[in-house]
Amino acid sequence: MSDLLYSEEEEALRSAVRDLLTDHCDAPGVIARTESGTPHHLALWKALTDGMGLAGLLVPEELDGQGATHREVAVVMEELGRAVAPVPYLTSAVVATEALLACGTDDLLRDLATGTTIGALAVALNVAPGAAYRVVRHEDGLLHGELTGIADAAVADVLLVPADDGGLYAVDATTATVTPQTSLDLTRPLATVTLAGVQGRLLGDAEPAVRRALRAGAGLLASEQFGLAEWTLTETVRYLRERKQFNRPVGGFQSIKHRLAQLWLEVVNTRAAARNAADALANGDDVDMAVTVAQAYAAPVAVHAAEEALQLHGGIGMTWEHPVHLYLKRAKADSIAYGTPGAHREALAALADLQAP
Amino acid sequence: MTDAEELRNRTRELLAAHPPASTDRLDFLRARFDAGLAWVHYPQGLGGLGAPRSLQAVVDAELEAAGAPDNDPRRIGIGLGMAAPTILQYGTEEQKRRFLRPLWTGEEVWCQLFSEPGAGSDLAALGTRAVREGEDWVVNGQKVWTSSAHVARWAILIARTDPDVPKHRGITYFVCDMTDPGVEVRPLRQVTGEAEFNEVFLTGVRIPDARRLGEIGDGWKVAQTTLNNERVAIGGMRLPREGGMIGPISKTWRERPELRTHDLHQRLLKLWVESEVSRLTAERLRQQLVAGQPGPEGAGMKLAFARLNQEISGLEVELLGEEGLLYDDWTMRRPELVDFTGREAGYRYLRSKGNSIEGGTSEVLLNIVAERVLGLPPEPRTDKDVAWKDLAR
Repeated sequence: MSDLLYSEEEEALRSAVRDLLTDHCDAPGVIARTESGTPHHLALWKALTDGMGLAGLLVPEELDGQGATHREVAVVMEELGRAVAPVPYLTSAVVATEALLACGTDDLLRDLATGTTIGALAVALNVAPGAAYRVVRHEDGLLHGELTGIADAAVADVLLVPADDGGLYAVDATTATVTPQTSLDLTRPLATVTLAGVQGRLLGDAEPAVRRALRAGAGLLASEQFGLAEWTLTETVRYLRERKQFNRPVGGFQSIKHRLAQLWLEVVNTRAAARNAADALANGDDVDMAVTVAQAYAAPVAVHAAEEALQLHGGIGMTWEHPVHLYLKRAKADSIAYGTPGAHREALAALADLQAP
Repeated sequence: MTDAEELRNRTRELLAAHPPASTDRLDFLRARFDAGLAWVHYPQGLGGLGAPRSLQAVVDAELEAAGAPDNDPRRIGIGLGMAAPTILQYGTEEQKRRFLRPLWTGEEVWCQLFSEPGAGSDLAALGTRAVREGEDWVVNGQKVWTSSAHVARWAILIARTDPDVPKHRGITYFVCDMTDPGVEVRPLRQVTGEAEFNEVFLTGVRIPDARRLGEIGDGWKVAQTTLNNERVAIGGMRLPREGGMIGPISKTWRERPELRTHDLHQRLLKLWVESEVSRLTAERLRQQLVAGQPGPEGAGMKLAFARLNQEISGLEVELLGEEGLLYDDWTMRRPELVDFTGREAGYRYLRSKGNSIEGGTSEVLLNIVAERVLGLPPEPRTDKDVAWKDLAR
């Protein structure tokens, strides 16, 4: 049975990340950034990577990484989810890094581990671990084509591009045209990547690398969803203990109490499912099942938590200045990222031998 | 300090002195109790060794491997899960020595006389009276929803001993002898057709003061120990994947492809995921307990258990189609043990309706989570300072 608790080291890591985010990633700042041309918080990224070495958690020490596991990454993801932090952590330090680990590309792994280079896998964010993805044309040694829905491509230095010859190619982002798309989630924006006959360096076979990268992304996304849901619940409870209507705290009305208690149950379940996925990824046991269960469960909970938070904040919840919308947009986008709950349930049908009619 | 190695050795000594293959079941259980290997966290002389609770697993694994008989916790669940921890915490030395051994071996079955027709969720409103007469208390009243009363030797009972103070303060906790004159048990037939529950009428029952648990008027506090342990016992079982209600329906799905539809498939997969996640939460709670960091998750386990049992068994009846229109047996009988998962889908569906009522309704448990875990304001109380005798009934 997997270890579903947090170790002392993991709790220490959590405290350090949370302190940093408290100091450098407040909600008004995140909102202001989403309205600028540069939604990503690159100074925060530098503090997380340069200062704390967090981009290299999954990279072996001999490649300048930390040689840690998905369990530690999951703790970082929980905290980034609590803050809806606009940094390319999941896309670069998890998904792109996993793709490179599958290819054994040492030099790029070194660059990503230090955080000085940001990588992005050029597969649309909504693609599930086992689903089909678009590829570009490889012709006369050059890459041609257009890919959409690439998360965090706007800040990527290197794009990992699957091509129609079955290869995965590293492309210098300055040689591609990266056009921001207007995204539902303002803190993890998508972009279109257009390659008009550019050079790419062959890293290895795309198929195993993309599968591995998306599976890790889906599994660790559950920890982000847990952190996000926990924050919205805590914040809503705090607000409803103070906010009065009819001369009583709103949180004292039984219908509200039951909704929040129900939500608490879902959040507690999400933590167990996310921990199980992180532990499975770290140890290689029962990974497909653990990731699929976690994603099928966590995605609707995060959306439910954010939707309840908005509703229970009343009118203030509908305003731009209250941060709950950041969480709702992230939660809804997360529920599509790396496969919808329905896509994961479909995968589960095969894994649990519960075949469709 | 007792460590795992010492417990393993003690268990092997027990097995050597009382080989399971040639020892009578009850003799073995008594010897196990006397060796302190019944519940290792209990004190010495009371079936335990004062060892960490987590080390029970070491003993259980050794015994299971040797094919030793167990004390059939299903049959004695109320005694093990509710009476025992209460007696341990509030009983006198004499009470502990008298009751715990036959309780644990299953020689004496226990039931719980708490709920009344007018006091269910509002348990502290109970009206069964206990009046002091010399060294005895004379008890009159009616209890209801009493599982196992027809096979029980003893009952834990709460009764009103002072009607002049507010309802939570005038209650006292007793151990009631179910064979005493004045105790009448009548079966209460349920929606399933059987009578697992009973009504219990108490008419002039004399209980010696020596069978009181805790102080006079402190019964509500004592009952909290019982109720908290009850909820843990109901929701906190350790299960393998597909170990609960989701098991039978998954098996039917695999074996009967002709029953499958797309709608049922979607619903089954969703419940399968929820069952698996609920299992992981229970496992996480167990790991926290072992690590000495109990979490509040236990408060929610029974809620999840009740809802999943009801949804899954409801889906199972639907999946069975024409067979779902049938029922295995409506014969009125009085089973010896509470069985949520036995019999067929229709029975499971009907029996699981009780899961959100027994041991605290889901509505009351949601209030408890909201108030004790989330710190939301308590329900308004109009009866807090009113003497029980002045409450409207």
